[in-house]
Amino acid sequence: MKNILTIFRKELKSYFNSPVAYIVLVVFLVITGWFFTSSLFLSGVVTMRNVFDIIPFIFLFFIPAISMRTLSEEKKSGTIELLLTKPVSDLDIVLGKFLAALALTCIALAFTLIYVISLTFIGKIDTGAIIGSYIGLIFMSGIYISIGIFASSLTENQVVAFIISFLIVFALFLLNKVLMFLPAGIASILEYISIDYHFSNIARGVIDSRDLIYYLSGITIFVLLTKTSLEKRRWS
Amino acid sequence: MSIKIENLTKYYGTQAAVNDISFEINTGEIVGFLGPNGAGKSTTMKMITTYLTPSSGKIYVNDLETEENSMDVRKKIGYLPEQNPLYLDMNVLDYLEYAAALESVPKSEINKAIKKMVDICGLGDVQHKDIGELSKGFKQRVGLAQAMIHEPEVLILDEPTSGLDPNQIIEIRKLIRHLGKEKTLVLSTHILGEVEATCDRVLIINKGEIVADGTPDSLQDKFKGQVTISLIVKKDSVDKDIILRGISSVKNIDKVRILKEDDNSINFHITGLKGSDAREDLFRKIVSMNSVLLGLHQEETSLEDIFRQLTTSKSKKEA
Repeated sequence: MKNILTIFRKELKSYFNSPVAYIVLVVFLVITGWFFTSSLFLSGVVTMRNVFDIIPFIFLFFIPAISMRTLSEEKKSGTIELLLTKPVSDLDIVLGKFLAALALTCIALAFTLIYVISLTFIGKIDTGAIIGSYIGLIFMSGIYISIGIFASSLTENQVVAFIISFLIVFALFLLNKVLMFLPAGIASILEYISIDYHFSNIARGVIDSRDLIYYLSGITIFVLLTKTSLEKRRWS
Repeated sequence: MSIKIENLTKYYGTQAAVNDISFEINTGEIVGFLGPNGAGKSTTMKMITTYLTPSSGKIYVNDLETEENSMDVRKKIGYLPEQNPLYLDMNVLDYLEYAAALESVPKSEINKAIKKMVDICGLGDVQHKDIGELSKGFKQRVGLAQAMIHEPEVLILDEPTSGLDPNQIIEIRKLIRHLGKEKTLVLSTHILGEVEATCDRVLIINKGEIVADGTPDSLQDKFKGQVTISLIVKKDSVDKDIILRGISSVKNIDKVRILKEDDNSINFHITGLKGSDAREDLFRKIVSMNSVLLGLHQEETSLEDIFRQLTTSKSKKEA
């Protein structure tokens, strides 16, 4: 636990030591800001709907971008060898990095609370749906990040890591959109795998344990895959 | 016994990088792994530090088997990997703090440990700088400081002086010798002078096998084979074949060949029998043939010769 915290602190600090965090945060806020203000001022509707609809799309790029360097950079510079010969378990390393990326995403999401607060002054908001959406987004980013770190553990090239994680995330995201072309039997299975399907459930304000189990098991699978990918070096 | 290795083998694919080696290193020894690039030095070190798992064989660090007690072994070892990887965007103090925390140095002692390392490694002037801004010599010191921050009993340094300029090399060697007083220290190098300058004991590794083991002096004695003599005569009326035959007839001479020949002189390369000194006889022989002796020099077998002998003959045989 102590080791996870040590790695978490170092990783989070290194996001803010480099331009990565700032660029990503600014881009994120500019895009969400546009969707927030356009619905508010152009359509005159008091809603977070548009913002919550666009964030999963932004995360498609945003999260591979922040997670691509987590392990591939260590591999490339050789610091992975230092890290893996310290008395720290492989799982602690993966979890520390996972939590740091999750914290950065939560910081980005926290900025959007400004939109919610300003809405409360103008009209009535659907509190349940908003809380649900935030919870859904956090779980969604969790699964994206675990995929991103896994992709990063496969290569020492950050661009390759970005593309791999984008492809996996995009495929899982897209599943929900192609269901109508498929027979019902396959469709229901694919629907369950789709990230977006579970998000839309939670975003309605209904927090169902089935959706949470989906997210948590997805995160666990990819964290364990990453751990295995790190261990592979010992046997190759 | 600080490090004990039994029948260690490591395959990369079908190629054996380390092939069935066994040796022991006593507490407090400074041991140098010497070998050409790709001989298996780094692979052996990576297995001792638990970064790689042996294909077969066992490693014990302070009587703990490395596979079963991976975490405890790691705590006892300080490791400086090849190329000295560092987080270039961190500053020196933050990095040492991170290393100390990962090595589970108690929180209350971290600052003390960092201060001690900064003093020993001479990092006082650069402690607030980013590692990326430092010169190679200082980076190497940071790498050493990081490896020793938890006061390990065993220190493993993979090519600690590679890429440094001569002044930096001398400073780092001094530092290593200073540290080696209290610790078991294993370092690898392909520079011979380094071993002679710093190590109590040398393991010469080639093609994944240990080809020699001993103190630098004992190796010199053991491999003191034939002596080589370089002899230069003035090129004049005396035919070189006659000189060649004349030299061959001298006592204790094994082989003669012409090394170099130019307009004024001929340089002979002579191999003498083990432990012999044929210089006086050679001098008299040359004079008796009415030729003019310009130079005569006998060479002792150096560690370099031993190294070359051990690491090249072997590979020729295999090829």
